[in-house]
Amino acid sequence: MYRYNPTDQQLVDDRVAQFRDQMNRFLGGRLSEDEFRPLRLQNGLYVQRHAPMLRVAIPYGTLASAQLRKLADIARRYDRGYGHFTTRCNIQFNWVRLEEVPDILAELATVQMHAIQTSGNCIRNITTDPFAGVAADELFDPRPYCEIVRQWSTLAPEFLFLPRKFKIAISGGAEDRAAVRFHDIGARARMAADGRLGFEIHVGGGLGRTPMVGRLLKDFLPREELLNYFEAILRVYNRHGRRDNKYKARIKILVKDLTLEGFAREVEDEWAWSRGGPATLGDETFRSMEAFFARHDTAPAPADGTYDPAQDPAFSRWVARNVSPHRAAGQAIVTLSLKKTGVPPGDATAEQMDGIAALAERYSAGEIRVSHEQNLVLPHVARGDLPALWQGARALGLATPNIGLLTDLVCCPGGDFCSLANARSIPVADAIQQRFDDLDYLFDLGPLELNLSGCVNACGHHHIGHIGILGVDKNNEEWYQVTVGGREGERGALGRVIGPAFAAEQIPDVIQRLLEAYLAARHEGEPFIDAVERIGLEPFKARVYGGVA
Amino acid sequence: MSRLICRGELIEDRWRWVDADEAPAPAAGEGLILPLARWCAQRPGLDAARTGVWLGPDDDVAPLLPWLATLPLIAIRFPVFTDGRGYSLARLLRGRHGYAGELRAVGDVLRDQLYFLQRCGFDSFALRADQPPEEALAAFHDYSWAPLSAR
Ligand code: SF4
Repeated sequence: MYRYNPTDQQLVDDRVAQFRDQMNRFLGGRLSEDEFRPLRLQNGLYVQRHAPMLRVAIPYGTLASAQLRKLADIARRYDRGYGHFTTRCNIQFNWVRLEEVPDILAELATVQMHAIQTSGNCIRNITTDPFAGVAADELFDPRPYCEIVRQWSTLAPEFLFLPRKFKIAISGGAEDRAAVRFHDIGARARMAADGRLGFEIHVGGGLGRTPMVGRLLKDFLPREELLNYFEAILRVYNRHGRRDNKYKARIKILVKDLTLEGFAREVEDEWAWSRGGPATLGDETFRSMEAFFARHDTAPAPADGTYDPAQDPAFSRWVARNVSPHRAAGQAIVTLSLKKTGVPPGDATAEQMDGIAALAERYSAGEIRVSHEQNLVLPHVARGDLPALWQGARALGLATPNIGLLTDLVCCPGGDFCSLANARSIPVADAIQQRFDDLDYLFDLGPLELNLSGCVNACGHHHIGHIGILGVDKNNEEWYQVTVGGREGERGALGRVIGPAFAAEQIPDVIQRLLEAYLAARHEGEPFIDAVERIGLEPFKARVYGGVA
Repeated sequence: MSRLICRGELIEDRWRWVDADEAPAPAAGEGLILPLARWCAQRPGLDAARTGVWLGPDDDVAPLLPWLATLPLIAIRFPVFTDGRGYSLARLLRGRHGYAGELRAVGDVLRDQLYFLQRCGFDSFALRADQPPEEALAAFHDYSWAPLSAR
């Protein structure tokens, strides 16, 4: 993992002092609400439905045990004893007190954390593959590059007042587990024919009000040029992106207005000047950064004879769903499910966080990852430790064997917390989990992603759920629009609306019918999303509306 | 434009700002800062050492490029502090085009942005009238760290 040097520490300490002063001026009436708003947002502080909300950055979703313990401590002392992990791999505290936020930020700084640029019209937290560095299919580890981009983008003075927010994802796997084509910039690891390392660059992807799949801007960018090229993109966007209408201010609209070719020309022109310039990255930078992310091939050797998935059906179910292949033989990647029925998806209590920190220390080299599906991942587990880890996770209520299944649904905080919501999302998620809690049935359905957002801002990424649910407002009532056919990864696609919206209580039945249509049509071993691609939406529409009407 | 911070000091301004619809009438010892269009139109007849130019956020720097070596002052106007275009204009002028004269931030220029403006190459700041100058001077020391992207 990356460790702060004195410069990084100085930055976060200075930032705490600066924000404390700004808060004091705001509370003392010397800084207006309008002037304070962008400052607090760039420190992760929202004013929400019930209370202020603080969003803390978890850079590329990586946490050390000590950091997770600090988050637990903050949840206990400054919130109501829990936190919510988001689809952008951050954590939100929903019940903080405004005047205590500088103290919370000071606490975070003691464990090399902060809330910088988790909101506002600036470059947000960089995201990556939760399996980065340990995935079996990886071309190279994206994390050193994530860290380089993190340092470059943190308080990047030129880009603090962009037309709108800006999200960057970088992935290294053959399979894209970071949804790079749904980000403002998405970079995928590539190797040139001569062995040079670099990235394929996509631009203008994103969900929200106007969902778009990113366009391929450059098929091979040499890694040395990463910052020069990103800076060129950002400068073109900062100068020419629309500022007159916030719904048209994302870079995707600029790319559309200029056309991809026109946009690319502007970027090339800007890059032609900076190329090979002072911000060009050197081998020394790569080497020193890579050293922070050296592999943990030192995890304890398998304890003989204790690893036998068949010994217990519950255990083998868990292994089947929650354990993924690791690049090193004898090791495994374990996903702890934050999707237990009855608990809002992505929520973890302070006790769970402490428990996970301890499990990570014992079994995973003290490291935890946050996935954009709102689960937590232990990336360095010796296979022989799986039974013991499973027992530990079970005791914490984190061993639901549902990763990648219907009940592992992704869900934003929605109308229970968020002031932008059109509808609540958590109760709908709960109703779905209650209805489909039979494990045999879920296992038989196979991989299925269901995503739920409480409004068009799409924090629940409903467009890329195999089944997506979007809360909409009709005459001040909560309704839910259903989409089918979204997917992330290589064959990324946006879901399509199946028809008129539903009331909340209809949703479990609607899901039931969609599943029936799938089960009636599927070929042997064919996952839901592949069946949708093969047969189209009609059979699903017919089953849902034919039956309801 | 009385409160002017130039290279870290509070000084008296020797430049007069000229709006697009104003007729310039310089007092003795005073320079003029002209809007880009007028500067372009009148440039051949101007006293180069005593004429600066100001840019709005969507102005193009191209007409200035041949004259950067002799331009004493370029001002960039921030209509609201959240309009970040001026930061990129500054970086373009300083970095790509090597402008070395005075680069002034004007308009909705507030204490809390000074550090970042300076990092993009501004060296003088005509603060919004209500900004306490002492606090503003302190703002240049908000961080003892230097951002990667503006070194
Ligand atoms: S999708 Fe809408 S309701 Fe849900 S968290 Fe985002 S802004 Fe709030």
